[in-house]
Amino acid sequence: MAKSIDVSDLNIYYGDFLAVEDVTIPIAAKSVTAFIGPSGCGKSTFLRSLNRMHEVIRGARVEGKVLIDGQDLYGADMDPVNVRRMIGMVFQRPNPFPTMSIYDNVLAGQKLNSKRMKKTEADDIVERSLRSAGLWAEVKERLDRPGSGLSGGQQQRLCIARAISVEPEILLMDEPCSALDPISTSVIEDLIHELKSQYTIVIVTHNMQQAARVSDETAFFNLSGVGKPGRLIEHGRTETIFSNPTDSATEAYIQGRFG
Amino acid sequence: MTSTQAPAPGKNTVIRRPGDRIFSGLSLSAGVLILVILAGVAIFLTVQGIPGITAHPDEVKSGKSFLPYVWPLVFGTLVAATIAMLIAVPVAIGVALFISHYAPRKLGQGLGYLIDLLAAVPSVVYGLWGIGFLAPRMVPFYAWLDEHLGFLPFFGPASATGRTILTASIVLAVMILPIMTAICREIFLQTPRLHEEAALALGATRWEMARLAIFPYARSGIVSAAMLGLGRALGETLAVAMVLSVGVGTVTANLIGSDNPSTIAANIALGFAEATGKSVNALIASGLVLFVITFLVNFAARSIVDRRKEFSGAN
Repeated sequence: MAKSIDVSDLNIYYGDFLAVEDVTIPIAAKSVTAFIGPSGCGKSTFLRSLNRMHEVIRGARVEGKVLIDGQDLYGADMDPVNVRRMIGMVFQRPNPFPTMSIYDNVLAGQKLNSKRMKKTEADDIVERSLRSAGLWAEVKERLDRPGSGLSGGQQQRLCIARAISVEPEILLMDEPCSALDPISTSVIEDLIHELKSQYTIVIVTHNMQQAARVSDETAFFNLSGVGKPGRLIEHGRTETIFSNPTDSATEAYIQGRFG
Repeated sequence: MTSTQAPAPGKNTVIRRPGDRIFSGLSLSAGVLILVILAGVAIFLTVQGIPGITAHPDEVKSGKSFLPYVWPLVFGTLVAATIAMLIAVPVAIGVALFISHYAPRKLGQGLGYLIDLLAAVPSVVYGLWGIGFLAPRMVPFYAWLDEHLGFLPFFGPASATGRTILTASIVLAVMILPIMTAICREIFLQTPRLHEEAALALGATRWEMARLAIFPYARSGIVSAAMLGLGRALGETLAVAMVLSVGVGTVTANLIGSDNPSTIAANIALGFAEATGKSVNALIASGLVLFVITFLVNFAARSIVDRRKEFSGAN
């Protein structure tokens, strides 16, 4: 479990449009890496390229290499379906399946792996996942209720439980707190700290304080202009990026002197 | 989930804007109009039908009292509609899913357009197609069924003309396919991207994504589509009347025989022109039976959908 990611010279295209240019970044196992940067700078696109979710959009393709513990993510023998089973994702807006109960939501990924499970085994997975997501105490009495009946923060934690129930190697989070109130946000940030011991976590955030609080490493993305591709400006230890960035654009962005 | 309620009348005077008033008036009257039309039809059928139900066997052309008269027709109607649904619903869902999620965009749009066109073909054309094209081509197939699956009660002695209840059902299935496909397609296209991505990010294949995100979301829409199709299948007159060989109809499990069941609607269409006196009432009464069947089926379908309302995703 918990694999490292090694990205080298990655270009991401939508059709002919180059969206993200020339990203090279190593991401260590069992660490939290935050992607920050202005809107449209390609950080979400880059995140989605790490589990091939960007391919959902027609015409998306990449050049370059993404290695997961040395295994080429875009190798000819890699099936995007298997990639996504190995690399979980949490989205900006909570998206539990509205037609499923809380219980079934947690097990949705397990059922895709089409493993026949005993009831007790399934119960164990549900409890363990919900406990890891810090939601067990709140929902244990109503596991058969619809997931859409929970509050936004609870729904997001349900989505985290759903993502980790299949024990992925890596967990990608695309602005997981941007639709949540500060209390739910802090619950999820605590959760990220705990999950770090088991998973490699990559998080996109617009919230600078959040990046500083949760991440070990920070990567700053920026655009050189409208219609130009997004680029990775710099990356490094979060303390370094926040206290002593090398690039003036990073400094300007972090200090809020920026568009 | 949250219904906006008008503030309770009290000290705060509620400002009534003309736009709101006109619109609520319009929608209310539209709703009432539907009920009035429905009630009108129901009252007509009941008033005109009762003499047919109570008529003495000697007074009607069939020479039978009402229940023995209408039962074979009810049977035929249900058999034809059921087979048509069994064929059409899976095909409609499959085609709609192909158009909305599998086909390249251009192809999907073209196909969708074609299917909308199919819905505009008049039923008499389907009837002609059934007699002239489908029935003769089904004859060898029916003979094969008779030979190899004849031990099943459904495939008894085969008709030599191919004009059987099974042929009529297939024509019905083709007729109801476009409307069901069109509705399913529209609903599938509206599946929230968020849910689709949730499924894909868990490592769902496209088919699993359909099962996890699209079908549950579209459930009640699929039922609506099926109900519209079923309504047409139950009530379709001309095509069935043309395909089936003339007769009051028999109750038989044999789907491919020449001595076939008839349907209520076809029977009314064939018999109305020459019916007189109580026979007319008997035909109208059979129409009332059809009305009640349709109503019950719709009611049942709605209650199935409502049973899992809180899981519908509407909240």
